[in-house]
Amino acid sequence: MIKVEFLGPIGKEPVEMEASTLADVSAKLKEDSTLLVWLDKCAVALNDNMVNDLNTVLKDGDRVSILPPVCGG
Amino acid sequence: MELYNGPLDTKEIFGRWLDEQAVSNYGAYIPFVGTIRAEDDIEALSFDIYEPVLQKWFDEWQEKAKALGAVVKMAHSLGDVPVHTSSYVSAVFSPRRRVALELIDAFVEDFKANAPIWKYDVKNGARIYAADRSTPMDGAGLLK
Repeated sequence: MIKVEFLGPIGKEPVEMEASTLADVSAKLKEDSTLLVWLDKCAVALNDNMVNDLNTVLKDGDRVSILPPVCGG
Repeated sequence: MELYNGPLDTKEIFGRWLDEQAVSNYGAYIPFVGTIRAEDDIEALSFDIYEPVLQKWFDEWQEKAKALGAVVKMAHSLGDVPVHTSSYVSAVFSPRRRVALELIDAFVEDFKANAPIWKYDVKNGARIYAADRSTPMDGAGLLK
């Protein structure tokens, strides 16, 4: 089981799911219509490290963070 | 890296950073201050920060600066920051001005693009995500 958390303005509670890669996470999140407007512009961190590969392998207890567009300063 | 609830005490922060490096023999010190402008009838801006990723982003910039013989510093606000006060300060110390001028430019621009901070307008007490001023981070769209 892994945990997916939604940061900043997405305003959604974390969800837990079975997933062996980030591609699995993508497929499951796309089932939630409220997330579709976010996914094409969000970056992804795995255990607080930014990741860029859908084939990234996940293990039990991993934490995936969904980071929407930013504007610091 | 320093995070504070509410507006920054810019004079205290810049003065302290200057004192810390008083005898480090840096020839250039370039501070940058971000101040909240009064526009669109906002009362304040408000900020969320994801600190673990911000800290890693900042640590990478410290390493880049170190490779140039320089030091980068930053402080940012959490929560509400009223108009005409400051939410962000950063600075570069370096032996020579050219390195400092180029580094503060690259550092502040990458900060705007990739620091995990979310901005909201505060109007009539409501917090509204500044979607049209926000930038997708590097690698955005991976899960689309």
